[in-house]
Amino acid sequence: MKRQTSTTLFQKDLVIAAFKESFIKLHPKTMIKNPVMFMVEIGTVIMFIVTIMTLFSVVSGQGSFAYNFLIFLILLVTLLFANFAEAIAEARGKAQAESLRKTREETPATIIYSDGRTKRISSSELKKGDIFIVKAGEIIPSDGEITEGLATIDESAITGESAPVIREGGGDRSSVTGGTKVLSDQIKVRVTIAQGESFLDKMIALVEGASRQKTPNEIALTILLAGFTMVFLLVTVTLKTFGDYANATLPLASLISLFVCLIPTTIGGLLSAIGIAGMDRALQANVISKSGKAVETAGDVDTLLLDKTGTITIGNRKATNFFPAEGIDKTEFIRICVLSSLADETPEGKSIVELGKTQKVEVSTKDIQQAKLIKFTAETRSSGLDFPDGLEIRKGAFDAIKRITEKAGFSFPAEINNHVKTISSNGGTPLVVTKNSKVVGVIQLEDIIKPGMVERFERLRKMGVKTVMVTGDNPLTAKFIANKAGVDDFIAEATPEEKMNYIKKEQASGKLVAMMGDGTNDAPALAQADVGVAMNSGTQAAKEACNMVDLDNDPTKLIEIVEIGKQLLITRGTLTTFSIANDVAKYFAIVPALFIASIPGLQALNIMRLSSPETAILSAVIFNAIIIPFLIPLALKGVQYKPLGASALLARNLLIYGLGGVLVPFAGIKLIDMAVSIFW
Amino acid sequence: MSTEILGVLFMFMLTLLLAIPFGKYIARVYNGDKTITDFMAPIERAIYRICGIDSHKEMNWKQHMAALLCINMIWFFGAMIILTTQGSLPLNPDGNPSMSYHLAFNTAISFLVNCNLQHYSGETGVTYFSQLTVMTFLHFVSAATGMAALVVVFRAFRDKTTTSLGNFFRYFLLSCTRILLPVAIVVATILAFRGVPASFAGKDQIISMEGDTVNVSRGPAAGMIAIKHLGTNGGGWFGVNSAHPLENPDYVTNITEMVAQVLIPVAMIFAFGYFIKRKKLSWTIFAVMTAGFLMLVIPTIYYEIHGNPEITKMGIDQSLGSMEGKEIRFGSAASAYWAIITTVISTGSVNSMHDSLTPMSGTMTLLAMMINAFYGGCGVGILNYFIFLVITVFIAGLMVGRTPEMFGRKVEAREVKIAIMIALLHPFIILVPTAMAAFGITSNPDLGWLNNPGFHGFSEMLYEYTSSAANNGSGFEGLGDNTVWWNISCGFVLIFGRYLPIIGPVAIAGILASKKYIPESSGTLKIDSITFSITTFAVILIIAALAFFPALVLGPLAEYFSH
Repeated sequence: MKRQTSTTLFQKDLVIAAFKESFIKLHPKTMIKNPVMFMVEIGTVIMFIVTIMTLFSVVSGQGSFAYNFLIFLILLVTLLFANFAEAIAEARGKAQAESLRKTREETPATIIYSDGRTKRISSSELKKGDIFIVKAGEIIPSDGEITEGLATIDESAITGESAPVIREGGGDRSSVTGGTKVLSDQIKVRVTIAQGESFLDKMIALVEGASRQKTPNEIALTILLAGFTMVFLLVTVTLKTFGDYANATLPLASLISLFVCLIPTTIGGLLSAIGIAGMDRALQANVISKSGKAVETAGDVDTLLLDKTGTITIGNRKATNFFPAEGIDKTEFIRICVLSSLADETPEGKSIVELGKTQKVEVSTKDIQQAKLIKFTAETRSSGLDFPDGLEIRKGAFDAIKRITEKAGFSFPAEINNHVKTISSNGGTPLVVTKNSKVVGVIQLEDIIKPGMVERFERLRKMGVKTVMVTGDNPLTAKFIANKAGVDDFIAEATPEEKMNYIKKEQASGKLVAMMGDGTNDAPALAQADVGVAMNSGTQAAKEACNMVDLDNDPTKLIEIVEIGKQLLITRGTLTTFSIANDVAKYFAIVPALFIASIPGLQALNIMRLSSPETAILSAVIFNAIIIPFLIPLALKGVQYKPLGASALLARNLLIYGLGGVLVPFAGIKLIDMAVSIFW
Repeated sequence: MSTEILGVLFMFMLTLLLAIPFGKYIARVYNGDKTITDFMAPIERAIYRICGIDSHKEMNWKQHMAALLCINMIWFFGAMIILTTQGSLPLNPDGNPSMSYHLAFNTAISFLVNCNLQHYSGETGVTYFSQLTVMTFLHFVSAATGMAALVVVFRAFRDKTTTSLGNFFRYFLLSCTRILLPVAIVVATILAFRGVPASFAGKDQIISMEGDTVNVSRGPAAGMIAIKHLGTNGGGWFGVNSAHPLENPDYVTNITEMVAQVLIPVAMIFAFGYFIKRKKLSWTIFAVMTAGFLMLVIPTIYYEIHGNPEITKMGIDQSLGSMEGKEIRFGSAASAYWAIITTVISTGSVNSMHDSLTPMSGTMTLLAMMINAFYGGCGVGILNYFIFLVITVFIAGLMVGRTPEMFGRKVEAREVKIAIMIALLHPFIILVPTAMAAFGITSNPDLGWLNNPGFHGFSEMLYEYTSSAANNGSGFEGLGDNTVWWNISCGFVLIFGRYLPIIGPVAIAGILASKKYIPESSGTLKIDSITFSITTFAVILIIAALAFFPALVLGPLAEYFSH
């Protein structure tokens, strides 16, 4: 079962922490990182001074104390809202990561020194390169690599998957994660990561902001927003002299209000929260990303490399049919098949035994106790049993078996030849069985495509992502499955080099490639890919080379990651549009209010019919402030992504956030004005 | 009334009909394909040889801009020397004096940057020698400069991943010899046959019907008037520009001049499509620009043909529309159409007095120059539009969940930075000097700049800087602008308003061109789609409207609402 990861949007303790943090973040040194909100802070400080001055009546023409004080207060609240958005996003991310980290803090570890002595120490004392031993029932104290032994491990603490997994030294499944529990046996593990440097530690640091770097995209957007801020600074400052020319006295409070309303505070206030929430959403999907950029890049991916086995098809191939050769009894044939597979631990072998059972053919293990096991090798491409009575059973690939029979002087039966062809051309794998070098029949193995995959590939295609199936199968089988599943391309008989070449070829034509891998031989390709996702069960090498780690070891996760990345960009884009579109209504609220006293004719521009210049300005500033908390949930959850194709998506978002952005503030400001004018 | 509107429609359709094939021709010229003007090739080769130019040397965007700035600098000094010494130079039958240094500065800059703000009057302020060697010469080369810069952008998007963007001098020379010169000859011939003077003789004396003796200025004007429109320059031979009966004698010359000034800006849009083989993009750009143009021209024509309500209240017949400051031979609709054409395109020639436009029409002409990207000047119009395109690509790209791409190249921080700086520049060089002028007049009302007090006076100042920043050159007039302050401040606004908006887009194009080319997928935002065009239109409106709304409110809009 999945770990309950999605907390409610505003948990009480998180809100309290974020509330405190929003005051701490008022420090100019923190604020200056966000140019838009920093300008608001300067405005707030000026308003504070003006308010004090009006209190002691030092200045004239600046309006009443109450008006100035209110404007000051609302500006301060605007700042706090923006800080709160960032703080709550950080708090949520931190809470997610902490809950993962908690499990492995301060677990006892049994360290083995080079002279063989062992000692119980705390996990925090482990250093990179140390070797520790873990017995059944103990918690693994740190990430590491098994140097010796084999064990079943319960990884549900981090993956939520309750079924135990087997880990053994040397090979692709030698990596263990701190915080998981050994269920059986005992293993020796070498610590691969220094304390405080594990992926989770890195992730927490990213979320906390200490090492959070703005992504290229975020930087570009910040520049754009800073540009808009400059334009409006220009507009406000020059307006002062225009006002003087027109004999309109413009109090500072009104000018600063105009400025704060016009600059894109909505997106400025939510920008960092959106970025953090993106990483947080990745974490909720049980993906640890090593940088915010990785998540963002995922949204741009053009080509997706997916392993066939486990991703597109269910696990491994399964036996689905027995075809005996002419003159061979079907039950007898099935019996031979089952016999040959009893000692076969491969999933294919097991599926043959299972299929045999459904056909009411059962063979006891006693029957093969005396037999000698012939293991599958890449050379012979067949396996089987040699019985003491001279009986030899072999099963294997068509061409390998054909060689055996022909060598023994038998001819390969024509009807079996036909069966082999039909099975192959239908995407299945024929497994030919011989008894004493004579063909007795063929077993049909088939790939079962996971339910829902066809729809997912269709969805990816609409997003503009090309899917590529990677498989060790021959091109014919690969093509059949590729067509059936609806992927765009495939790499058959794939070797690590071939994967690497494919990635390089795609990249050379300007595409961004994502892939998932787990083995050591995947590491170069993972490093080469623009988005490399390693499975948590994978080797240390793979995990080092990737830029994201999937804790669930779920190969279909790539698809989710792509969507999270897209969502991140869309949220930024739509909120920017919304923020800028808001300015239209704010202009119509504030500009007439500024000049109505000296130019009565401008009442015609007060299309919202706001009750007085003061309430108009107050309403605009209040709207500007409260829109931030209203949009925090959207910033944290992200704008819903629909794969519609770029133009349709743009039309949709433009209609909702562009047109909506123009209209909503008209209604909002009018409503606030109605409420404010009751008290004013 | 309806005949007048039909006349306007006819002018627009005629322009479009000529611009499309002409655009194709322009694309072929720059591409080096065979054209009917290939007979010019020997002349071009001779020019290359005399100047020691290797026209096949490929330049990157920085080399292009260095070439552009150098050549412009030389022209500036040449113009300064001639204008300040013209009194003692030949071809001065009327004995006009040399210019003051600040007027010469303003005039030289103004013609150099394709603006043609004229703080002098052609009849008395310049000699025939200056008209020919400074004004007419700069009319040609300033237009060709803008076109050559645009071709650099064309080139950047024609090839995949490249830094070599052709040769600046070649683009420049081809613009002169293959595009501007042949068409200018045709236009000048039509004008000369319809009565525009083409003579080196000095003032002529006529005796008016009242029996007064009047000295009428003339000169070799037809050629200059042709290129002033064709190159979207606008600096006229006579002080009152194309409202003058010898500069624009009748409705036929009015149509000719009108079509001539829109021809190249519109043709360049189509040339873009032919050149980079994306004709649909041309049509969408044309559609956005035309939508913007209609948004400006329809209200203007409406308010002008309905006349000034204040005058109607006095009981004066206004069936001809608002005719104050207009020529009866053109009528109110054609004058309104001209007013918008001349401001959307950076021509700035006038056939009526913009100071006398009704307040709403005044707003529209101001807005046209504030946006400065609907058709726009020779070459530079599309460069301005390109800036909005980059900003739109960025915002819209985010909205569809992909790092924004333009013509297959990623738009990143550096490009956004340049684009927003150029977008910021325009309000900066309009609002800041206007604020300074407003401050000056508020603190010292005796400066005597303004003939009209109040909102209209503000509009006059705002118009002057807007016109300078947009390199337009038309004036609201009523402003005493031949003073040190106005000459110098406008001069600087002109320089910034010209060169930075050329360098910015070319730099962006150059940087994008050198990036990795990404093929389109269904997730790519298509910039020639209808949705994207609507987004571009909204971005242009919002950026222009947001920056200038308060200024417009205090100028023409206050005037409109206060009556």
